[in-house]
Amino acid sequence: MAKTKEIITDPLSDNNPITVQMLGICSALAVTATMQTTLIMSVAVVFVLTVSNTVISLLRNVIPGNIRMIVQMIVIASLVIVVDMVLKSFAFEMSKALSVFVGLIITNCIVMGRAEAFAMQNGPKDSAYDGLGNGLGYAVILIIVGTFREILGAGTWMGFKVMPEAYLGNGLAVLAPGAFIIIGLIIWVQKQFLTKAFEDE
Amino acid sequence: MEFVNIFVKAVFVENMVLAFFLGMCSFLALSKKVDTAVGLGWAVVFVLGITCPLNYIISSKLLAEGALAWSGVDALAKLDLSFLNFICFIAVIASTVQLVELILDKFFPPLYSALGIFLPLITVNCSILGGSLFMVQREYNLAESTVYGIGSGFGFLLAIAGLAAIRKKLRYSDVPHGLRGIGMTFILTGLMAIGFLCFSGIKL
Repeated sequence: MAKTKEIITDPLSDNNPITVQMLGICSALAVTATMQTTLIMSVAVVFVLTVSNTVISLLRNVIPGNIRMIVQMIVIASLVIVVDMVLKSFAFEMSKALSVFVGLIITNCIVMGRAEAFAMQNGPKDSAYDGLGNGLGYAVILIIVGTFREILGAGTWMGFKVMPEAYLGNGLAVLAPGAFIIIGLIIWVQKQFLTKAFEDE
Repeated sequence: MEFVNIFVKAVFVENMVLAFFLGMCSFLALSKKVDTAVGLGWAVVFVLGITCPLNYIISSKLLAEGALAWSGVDALAKLDLSFLNFICFIAVIASTVQLVELILDKFFPPLYSALGIFLPLITVNCSILGGSLFMVQREYNLAESTVYGIGSGFGFLLAIAGLAAIRKKLRYSDVPHGLRGIGMTFILTGLMAIGFLCFSGIKL
C-alpha cells in the first residue's frame, strides 16, 4: 500500500513532470491564460494519461519491441480523439478556446514519456496509479500558473472578480512572456524550498 | 506578396516557440550548445517543410467533409473523416521522419551524422504536429501551407539558435542558486518572447 501511495504522491512535488522531469511544457504554458481552459486541459490530460498507461501496460507483453513507439502513438492518438469529440459535443466553446492544443496532447511528452518509462515495465494497476499521479502533478502546476495568469492578467479567477474594480489587468501576464516568467519563478521557489531533487546541480 | 507575408508572419509574428509555446521540450533540452541547436533547427525546417504539404494533401483529398468526391462513389463522397486527422497526421509525421532519416543516411552522410539523434526525436516535437494542425485550422492551400511549414521551421531555428547563444554567455554569469539551469532558461525565454512581441504590431 505504501508503494501505491508513493507512486501517486511522488510526481506531485519531488518528481513533478513539468518542473523536474521537464515534460509536457508546451501545453502547460499555452492553455493557462484563463482558469477554465486550464481545468479542462488538466482533466483531459489526467484522463488520457491514466487510460493510456493502463492500456499500454496491458499490451506490453504483446507489443513487438521495434514497433512499440507506433503502437503507443496509436493508443494515445485514439484516446485524444475521444477527448476531442467529447469536448466538441459537450463544451464547444471550450474546445474552440483550446484550439489545436487538445490535439497536441498526442505529442505531449508526459504521455509518451510515462508510457515508455513506466507502463512498459510495470503491471496495469501500478501503471494506472502512475498515470494518475503524473497527471495530477501536471494539473497542480497548471492550476498554479493559471491562477497567477488570470488574476494578474484579468483581475478575475474562474470568471469571478477578485481584484479591486480599479485594477485594469496586466496584459503581459496573458501573453507568452508572462507564462514563461511565471513558470521560471515557480521552478525557482520549488527548487529553493520544496524538493531535494536538485541537490546535485 | 502573399507568400512573403505568410513567411514573415510564421517566422516573427507567430513564432512557433515564443508565441505558441510549441516544441518547448526540445527547445529547452537541446539549447545548451549552439552547434546542436542549429542542427536541430535545420532538421525541424526540413521536416516541417515536407510534412505540412503532405498533411495538407491528405486532409483535403481524403479526410475533410466531401473530400472523397473525386472517387465518384456516392457513399464515399458524403463521408466526413476529419476525426481521423490526428492519427493520420502523426502517422505521416512519423513515417516522413523515418524516410528522411533513410534518405539522408544514404545520400548525405555528413548531414545525417551532424543531425544524429535529433532526427528521430523530431517525431514527438509538438511544433511539427502543431504546424499541421494550424494549417488545417487556418485553411491554407497547398502552396501556402508549404510556405507556412518552412517559415515556422525557420522561426524555430531562429529562436533555438538565439537561446543557445545566450545560454553560452550565461555560463559565466552569477545566477542565484535556485534559479540556475532550467529556471533561468525559462525567464530568458520570457525575455526573448517580449522581444518578439514587438513584431506583433506589424500588420501583414
